[in-house]
Amino acid sequence: MSNSITKITPNNPVFFDNDPQEELTTLNIGPTHPATHGVFQNVCQMDGERIVSAVSTIGYIHRAFEKIAEHRPFYQITPLTDRLNYCSSPINNMGYHMTVEKLLNIEIPKRVQYMRVIVMELARIADHIICNGILGVDTGAFSGFLYVMQEREFIYEIFEEICGARLTTNIGRIGGFERDFNDVAFRKIREFLDRYPPVLREFEELFVRNRIFIERTAGVAAVTPEQALSYSWSGPILRATGVDYDVRAVAPYCSYEEFDFEVPVGTNGDVYDRFMVRNAEMWQSMHIIEQALEKIAKEPAGIFHADVPEFYLPPKEQVYNNMEALIYHFKIVMGEWETPISEVYHAVEGANGELGFYLIHDGGRTPYRLHFRRPSFVNYQMFAPMSSGMLLSDAIINMSSLNVIAGELDA
Amino acid sequence: MDKLDNQGIWRSLQEQFAERIGLVGEPHGLLTITTTKEHIIALLSFLKNDERLRFTYLTDITAVHYPRQEKPFAVVYHVHNLFQNVRVRIKVFIDGDQPTIPTATSVWEGANWMERETYDFFGIVFEGHPDLRRILNMDELDVFPMRREYPLEDPNRVDKKDFYFGR
Amino acid sequence: MSKVTLAEAPPGVEGAGFFATSLDKVIGLARANSLWPLPFATSCCGIEFMATMGSTYDLARFGAERPSFSPRQADMLLVMGTIAKKMAPVLKQVYIQMAEPRWVIAVGACASSGGIFDTYSVLQGIDEIIPVDVYVPGCPPRPEAILDGVLKLQEIVKSESLNRRNTPEYKALLEKYGIQTDNG
Repeated sequence: MSNSITKITPNNPVFFDNDPQEELTTLNIGPTHPATHGVFQNVCQMDGERIVSAVSTIGYIHRAFEKIAEHRPFYQITPLTDRLNYCSSPINNMGYHMTVEKLLNIEIPKRVQYMRVIVMELARIADHIICNGILGVDTGAFSGFLYVMQEREFIYEIFEEICGARLTTNIGRIGGFERDFNDVAFRKIREFLDRYPPVLREFEELFVRNRIFIERTAGVAAVTPEQALSYSWSGPILRATGVDYDVRAVAPYCSYEEFDFEVPVGTNGDVYDRFMVRNAEMWQSMHIIEQALEKIAKEPAGIFHADVPEFYLPPKEQVYNNMEALIYHFKIVMGEWETPISEVYHAVEGANGELGFYLIHDGGRTPYRLHFRRPSFVNYQMFAPMSSGMLLSDAIINMSSLNVIAGELDA
Repeated sequence: MDKLDNQGIWRSLQEQFAERIGLVGEPHGLLTITTTKEHIIALLSFLKNDERLRFTYLTDITAVHYPRQEKPFAVVYHVHNLFQNVRVRIKVFIDGDQPTIPTATSVWEGANWMERETYDFFGIVFEGHPDLRRILNMDELDVFPMRREYPLEDPNRVDKKDFYFGR
Repeated sequence: MSKVTLAEAPPGVEGAGFFATSLDKVIGLARANSLWPLPFATSCCGIEFMATMGSTYDLARFGAERPSFSPRQADMLLVMGTIAKKMAPVLKQVYIQMAEPRWVIAVGACASSGGIFDTYSVLQGIDEIIPVDVYVPGCPPRPEAILDGVLKLQEIVKSESLNRRNTPEYKALLEKYGIQTDNG
């Protein structure tokens, strides 16, 4: 044994040489463990507090989305996408709509694109609120969670104003929105932009320089950019390692190229950096929403969908009272329009990373194949390998910071 | 560095692989090529490691079932050049009786679960995969549910009478 | 004036210095107002339950202050979200681990009937494996609906006789689900 003193860090705790390491304990965490916020099972081999190896089992809420999608016409798949990442369902809805619009070559009016940007950024904020709030709870600070949850409720109020639902929004239609944002919705969006910054600032003050929080998170589960890319990570956790890959910036969709925003990146790829990247993204999202409101004001009012009657379902009151609308409705529902036989991959920046839709269409009523590239699924596979050698309590907050959503993980 | 475009990528690949790859098309601007299972790993490694192409990011692996084709399974890879935002899609058609294909985990570690998912849904065996087990479905399941011949609904249900559903 | 609202006393005979009612009612009152929930959250409905527990809706107002993550100390199992067939044995195990008296609320369409997921991998309603007391509709139900479900359960708990868990009917119910009854 050398005389040098080993530095004690979260990744290198006191570790005695006379520790009998032959005896490992098997510890089963999950699938319904309260610390994991979802149905994940990990069977860990433990040496004291340290995880020697872990095996993940997933699929506990496998619901066969891709199989259902092969049996549903395009407009009926939107409710399925809601239930992928249910913390930010509007992003999934819009991403799916954009995929179908790309397939059908539908041009979307600018105003609708800006409206979509607003909804998607609000959803991103709602998702990051959950992730960062829960990360606070897991490190022992409950109050921050309660502060920001209040604001998340307000985002849900905005969604209710726009589409009538809170969580699984089913927002929008192929070709645009079902209805225009009303005045109350616009007023509430502006109110949100006013009331959220002080709350977020307070939330940051509670955590960013908090000694306990830093000790628990800094240096924990640090990932290098090479590892992250090799495991195909994307989203905030990839950006925390220092890779500036954001689909909104790299491959802009929905007119994101017109917006001025920054892509925050971290340096260490640890839990603390992920927390900071998500916080910074919330500020950027609000900045984007402000710009989108300005841009909407310059567009002609009242446009909320593209003029594509052969794909955009007409309003019900017209279906009942107008012959033409009835025919369109019938033809859309029965799938009688000529649709291009093609395949398309479209990716959006979901709250957890690159959310891709791979759609193969053979001209029938339903997609031939619809595959979801789910960021949670791809991101989570590194959890077990990276857990080995980690303290159990660190692995728990590592899982929180990955923000794995069970619905998206298991599809 | 000059900008990569689909023609440029196709030319570089042609120089390297000649007739071992084929061009499918460019649906919505996304270069789609095809190859055989003997050459897929060489192709993926080349795309990843070539100094000019640099398709270092594996976006996705999945499969499609075409029961009426001679080679009924298509394994589809999406790779991405993050530096210039260019994507390439690679399709490999394989036989139906014993669908096998070499694993891409030797190129990207992230291919692990994507291939397990594909195995789980379609029964395509990725040779050399370190841990090829079912991932989403139960281990006891003895079918590969995403194949076209298997129904969406649970065939063992007794409470759902076809009569009430107009069938 | 205190802001504490007292639970309404059950009907009984009241006089100077005494109050007489049946033991059933007193115990029912106590149980109903201190239900300890066990959140079994798998998916979307779990997020709405988070809102229900959060500051805006505050389930704690109805005596469910302490979410019990151990089935041993819980009274009310709230099943929220899709239960896949892979998950079904786990759910049943959790139910078996709960001590009597135990109640179950199926929150949301998936837990009640499988919801929109009529597929090979999803259990078509948790009442295929465990008995359910209250069903809350919605996909997902609003927090108000979840609160309403809990209030409905409180009514059930208040009116339940102390003897119910020992009756042959109850044992037959559990045996129908293949659950061993050990208290008889």
